[in-house]
Amino acid sequence: MVRNRILGTLLAIALLALPPVAQALGEPFYIGIASRMLVFALAAMSLDLILGYGGMVCFGHAAFIGIGAYVVGILGHHAAEETLLLGFIPGTSSGWITWPLAMLCAGIFAFLVGAVSIRTQGLYFIMITLAFAQMAYFFFVTLKGYGGDDGLRLPQRSQFSDLISLRDKTTFYYVALGVLTAVYLLLLRVTRSRFGMVLRGAKENERRMLHIGVPTYRYRLAAFTIAGALAGLAGALMANQANFVSPAMMHWTRSGELIVMVILGGVGSLLGPAIGAVAFLSLEEVLSAYTEHWQIALGPLLLAVIYFARRGIYGALVTRRVL
Amino acid sequence: MSCLLQVRGLVKIFGALVATNDLHLQVMPGEVHALIGPNGAGKSTLVAQLAGELAPDSGSILFEGLDITNLPVPERVARGIVRSFQITSIFPQFSALTNVSLAVQARAGHSFKFWRDASTDPTLREPAQALLDQVGLGVRGNVPAGELAYGEQRQLEIAMALATKPHLLLLDEPLAGMGREEARVIVDLLRRLRGGPTILLIEHDMDVVFSIADRITVLVYGTAIATDRPDAIRANAEVQQAYLGGEMDHA
Repeated sequence: MVRNRILGTLLAIALLALPPVAQALGEPFYIGIASRMLVFALAAMSLDLILGYGGMVCFGHAAFIGIGAYVVGILGHHAAEETLLLGFIPGTSSGWITWPLAMLCAGIFAFLVGAVSIRTQGLYFIMITLAFAQMAYFFFVTLKGYGGDDGLRLPQRSQFSDLISLRDKTTFYYVALGVLTAVYLLLLRVTRSRFGMVLRGAKENERRMLHIGVPTYRYRLAAFTIAGALAGLAGALMANQANFVSPAMMHWTRSGELIVMVILGGVGSLLGPAIGAVAFLSLEEVLSAYTEHWQIALGPLLLAVIYFARRGIYGALVTRRVL
Repeated sequence: MSCLLQVRGLVKIFGALVATNDLHLQVMPGEVHALIGPNGAGKSTLVAQLAGELAPDSGSILFEGLDITNLPVPERVARGIVRSFQITSIFPQFSALTNVSLAVQARAGHSFKFWRDASTDPTLREPAQALLDQVGLGVRGNVPAGELAYGEQRQLEIAMALATKPHLLLLDEPLAGMGREEARVIVDLLRRLRGGPTILLIEHDMDVVFSIADRITVLVYGTAIATDRPDAIRANAEVQQAYLGGEMDHA
């Protein structure tokens, strides 16, 4: 437990110190890369709630991210063009409005996907979540008004009064870090609460859960919706980070990458998937300098994790308590 | 006295097999009611229908005067019908204490509570510990349930079932696969439960059945052919016939 605390403190210091260190080294470029990692960490963490704690292998998580991103993109687009969405909704680039709205829309979509998919299990669950995600993907491809396949540039970053300017790399980094930390602390509580115990219990032995009198469906659906909303928040951040939204954000391979991040880092540990996201993107960053087929190296690594470290990178570092 | 559980004309057919055949059964409040019968008599199929896992093809199940034939499993548990499993069903990675406190939590109302740490909540942990004490697992609370001995896991299952505050406990072969010593612990436990929930017990060990049951129902080919006190069952010619003079000789 002492070791856990030391590792946690080191991690916090490293994260806080990254921008000034990068500036001092004359490599501010790394702040942008690190920001992208933090946003993916958030997305992976939200997936971990349902995949790691709930045992629901969602193969459409990128769709929730994409919807969140498009909420920011589309409203920003209408604000810049001074046109109305669907003829009556004015656009805006205020983050106070678009970010919660991104969560709401992604959450509603997740609720609908979950309502259908959670009645099934295993392969069927995977296929249904994938099918919904593909529908979302092609829906946005057909939206020519918003760039269709080519995507949509953000006319400007989300505005937060005059307090924060997301155009500044360092500010964006700390905002992303702040959001990630807040979501982490929130999910830490949720996963240890009664709700979290029901979710874990249903993963461990759903039949038993029913026979102690817990209707598991509604709890799983709630978790799925929360995870979708948080993925939508990650999408809002992602849109701002890239200054761009496109259907590629919700391509099924992206959903697959998120699953890889979660497994690589360690399922059911929250921090693990965040670490997995950082590890995955670091590998991409380093290896793609040599070859565009960098994922060739990812395969053996993933195999090694599954064979030798079931609980992922996080599990290899940290001791776990028995609940 | 009105009965706790009343089964009327229950039928369940799997293809050509009539697993439950116009079955009638009455369980009285407070009794230990044993269900015996040769292999394939439909005992487990009946329990599955009572617990709500299998839907009968026809007939009805009344519990405390209410028709529960079409209620899903969790709602039956909420009304007080709880089963244990022939094949142990627990949460192997959770500690024994957490297994029971999850069942306590289930009884305590909905679990849309997102903030408080359930693992330190005394309103869950204290009743759970008391139940572990009751079944004789008081000092094993911190052991992951999957690492408990087989007999201990069965004790744990009973603790979980009790945590849901059942009115009717369906015990499906609680002694299956147990050694003599482990079985004795469970039988003692069942004896101590007298005065608690009504028990419907399926068990192959005739010594146990005849020593602890108040009444026994004999099931043959999915039909209840007799329900009576143990000594009357033992003397029943039709029952003797059904068992072909086999197992009953040892009883």
